[in-house]
Amino acid sequence: MSETKVKKMLFILSKGTLENAYAAFVMANGARMEGIEAEIFFTFFGLEAIQKKKLEHLHVATVGNPAMHMPTMLGGLPGVEALASKMMKKEMEKLDMPEVGEFLEILSDSGCKLWGCKLAVDMFHLEREDLIDELDGILTIGDFYNRANEDGTHLLFI
Amino acid sequence: MKKVIANREIDVNEEGYLLDFSQWSKEIGEYLAEEQGISMSDKHWEVIKYLQDKQQSGEALSIRGIKKSGVIDIKEFYNLFPGGPLKKSTLIAGIPKPKSCI
Repeated sequence: MSETKVKKMLFILSKGTLENAYAAFVMANGARMEGIEAEIFFTFFGLEAIQKKKLEHLHVATVGNPAMHMPTMLGGLPGVEALASKMMKKEMEKLDMPEVGEFLEILSDSGCKLWGCKLAVDMFHLEREDLIDELDGILTIGDFYNRANEDGTHLLFI
Repeated sequence: MKKVIANREIDVNEEGYLLDFSQWSKEIGEYLAEEQGISMSDKHWEVIKYLQDKQQSGEALSIRGIKKSGVIDIKEFYNLFPGGPLKKSTLIAGIPKPKSCI
């Protein structure tokens, strides 16, 4: 079998949009499936993806996203973002993509470590119980860098 | 590519996956597992059988499917086939490597 030189992937998810969360999840899961270690550090708006009350309500960004091929004015109208998100979720379901909560369970069961950023948690006045049970802990960015403890480790900011 | 296992010649691709499932036998599966550093238990075989059945019914294999399988949970799946569970288990099962990204 082919032997990749990538041994560990560390992701920093800083955005709270559906497409960015899925980018991190698919890549982290893909890493685990190839026998590569994976960890995700949720910071700033990325924390929305691990807040119990918010994680199933992530949206696709319809404003400021030229690839949506939607006039900015239209994208800003009430309900448009919700509709676009619903349509995208439907398409993902067709591909057998799990929803955010289930995806986090799969990642955790697969041995992917999930971390909250201490600074962002403090900034948004969040408590541990606001965050998913699967969370492995709350770290500083320094702690997270120390997770890059072997050759072949890569860091990716999303 | 040809490969000789247990005195039998089988056809495999460049990654070592069987090209023809009819050439598969439990003995061959056992050898393929050994090459991956896995010694097969009853639970391993149960998973292999599940994968082969799914493959035969034309269903795509994914980690989400494993979660819903009722045969094994994801944690145990990773424990039984360490270092890439779906790609290793399908190799042992004599079926193609899943193409899905999830």
